[in-house]
Amino acid sequence: MLGFIIQRFLQAVGVMAVMSVIVFCGVYAIGNPIDIVIPPEATAEIRQDAIRRLGLDRPLYEQYFIFIGNLLQGDLGRSFVYNIPVLELIGGRLPATLELVLISVISATVLGVTLGIYAGYRPDSWVAKTIMAVSVLGFSVPSFWVGLILILTFAVNLGWLPAGGRGDTVEIWGVDWSFPTVNGLSHIVLPAINLALFKLAMMIRLARAGTREIMLTDTIKFARAAGLSEGTILRRHLLKLISIPIITVFGLELGSTLAFAVVTETIFSWPGVGKLIIDSIAVLDRPVMVAYLILVAFLFVTINFVIDLVFALIDPRVRHGASS
Amino acid sequence: MSAPVLSVRDLRTHFFTRAGVVKAVDGVSFDLAPGEIMGLVGESGSGKTVTGFSLLGLVDEPGRIVEGSIKLNGTELTTLSDVELRARRGRDISMIFQDPIATLNPMLTIGQQMKLAIDAHERLGKRAADARATELLTQVGIPSAAARLRAYPHEFSGGMRQRVAIAIALLHRPAVIVADEPTTALDVSIQAQILYQMRDLAAETGTALIWISHDLAVVSSLASKLAVMYAGRIVEQGPTATLLRDPRHPYTAGLLASLPAMAPPGAPLAQIPGTTPSLLSLPPGCPFAPRCDRATAECAAEPEITFRGDRGWRCFHPVGQAEEVTA
Repeated sequence: MLGFIIQRFLQAVGVMAVMSVIVFCGVYAIGNPIDIVIPPEATAEIRQDAIRRLGLDRPLYEQYFIFIGNLLQGDLGRSFVYNIPVLELIGGRLPATLELVLISVISATVLGVTLGIYAGYRPDSWVAKTIMAVSVLGFSVPSFWVGLILILTFAVNLGWLPAGGRGDTVEIWGVDWSFPTVNGLSHIVLPAINLALFKLAMMIRLARAGTREIMLTDTIKFARAAGLSEGTILRRHLLKLISIPIITVFGLELGSTLAFAVVTETIFSWPGVGKLIIDSIAVLDRPVMVAYLILVAFLFVTINFVIDLVFALIDPRVRHGASS
Repeated sequence: MSAPVLSVRDLRTHFFTRAGVVKAVDGVSFDLAPGEIMGLVGESGSGKTVTGFSLLGLVDEPGRIVEGSIKLNGTELTTLSDVELRARRGRDISMIFQDPIATLNPMLTIGQQMKLAIDAHERLGKRAADARATELLTQVGIPSAAARLRAYPHEFSGGMRQRVAIAIALLHRPAVIVADEPTTALDVSIQAQILYQMRDLAAETGTALIWISHDLAVVSSLASKLAVMYAGRIVEQGPTATLLRDPRHPYTAGLLASLPAMAPPGAPLAQIPGTTPSLLSLPPGCPFAPRCDRATAECAAEPEITFRGDRGWRCFHPVGQAEEVTA
């Protein structure tokens, strides 16, 4: 098990190194931030001074190694635009995205797996057919449109829920969170539903496909022949047997939603990181873009690493295969 | 002979598919005494596995038992509710399957799976359940059983996995175990071990066995009586020794003639001409008639089962009748 962890850790380090090069070169290949940061009427002297101060006069590889050196000391640079440390900038926005995404992905998974198992267990019932019809909608209706309709229905027409913003927040460990307050929670509901809809549809499909396949196997027949009740079979046998693809997709969705909840955050004016990155791209704020993309890569690598560990925990074949 | 533990009369299990009604089991009757081993023999698609599933009330959609009676220890099973049936499965009647790799759940330990099977019928504490599981595993020949409770199926060989499955089936000392080709997927040497162990276990525990197989040679070394299935019907049944020595149904005679041991070395093996009919388009009358060299116009009607002593057959023109007349 330890060898497995070390092996995965080294892999993760490798992936991060490659990612940092790609991100750095990629971002530095597009546009010149000087044109945006320095007013066009500034003198050549001020221009040269600014270029030197931002380190933009050095060759690309030197800039990269300076960046990596700072990164290893926990310094991701300062935003060209806000002139504050990037980490502080992103850190201030991350909790908002984090709580929104966790709530939506977790509830989509719990609900989706439950509905999916039912739809796979009784595929011919009208309830199952309704579930599948709804899941097709979840896949095919664009999320920005759903967001607008949600606002129109629940905020404008019915007036039940707020249309945007984070609402009241509570400070825990020096960070502001919305979910512990009733008002904050009411602000999360609509954007969370908006984000969750697609994931819900996907989880339903995954759980249903897995259930239909597993229910036909001899494992289930043998459990039935031993007199196990259907509830026990579903909870103890089926749930474990369909869990691998579900956990994989859960991790991928968690990562990609954390990184790119842009559309929903924009529609519901949710002050998360998605909004920040879009603004940074618009003004070519390189340090923010680079730091953000590297954080995203780090996020994915970490999530994948955790998923591998979870696989090893729940599937003995992975665990033993990896240690031998 | 003691009262039968299992008594099946005119069992019919049909599948209502889009292409038509498949009469997978169409008139099966037999009795099973306590501790008795019966071989249920037939080609693939003859209905032997569906017969097994019918006995446990585990026929999958779109199939169902349309007619007949299954009496287990005097209780009629076909009219029981799902809940009552479940309470009997694993406790009074259980089943083991062909492929031990597919039957055990790869993600649960042997101990967990045995505990689930125990919990289905009894409230036992963790320790008592472990003790029972260990006892059964030891009984089926698994060494250091207590330690193996924490092992996962992939840590066992195929033969050992099948022993685990047998131990699970035996947990509640059922009156009947349906064994659906449990040794087919195993090495020949392991096959023989498990075969004889099952025979001893059946004798020891008084559990009756229905041993389903396509291999007449395997079954005949184990079972005290045989039932030969063809196209959903038992075409011949009787004590193993007499049935093998003196088959009555032309299909049984054909099967026996096609066994390699029956042919002189180097000679071509005897075959039954033709193929098994599709259960969707069975000819009226005797389903074996198109392949039978003894068939006459009479065979256009379906023969009823004829009983003579402990033997029975479905044929108008049984083999070996002449001897009987002279006897």
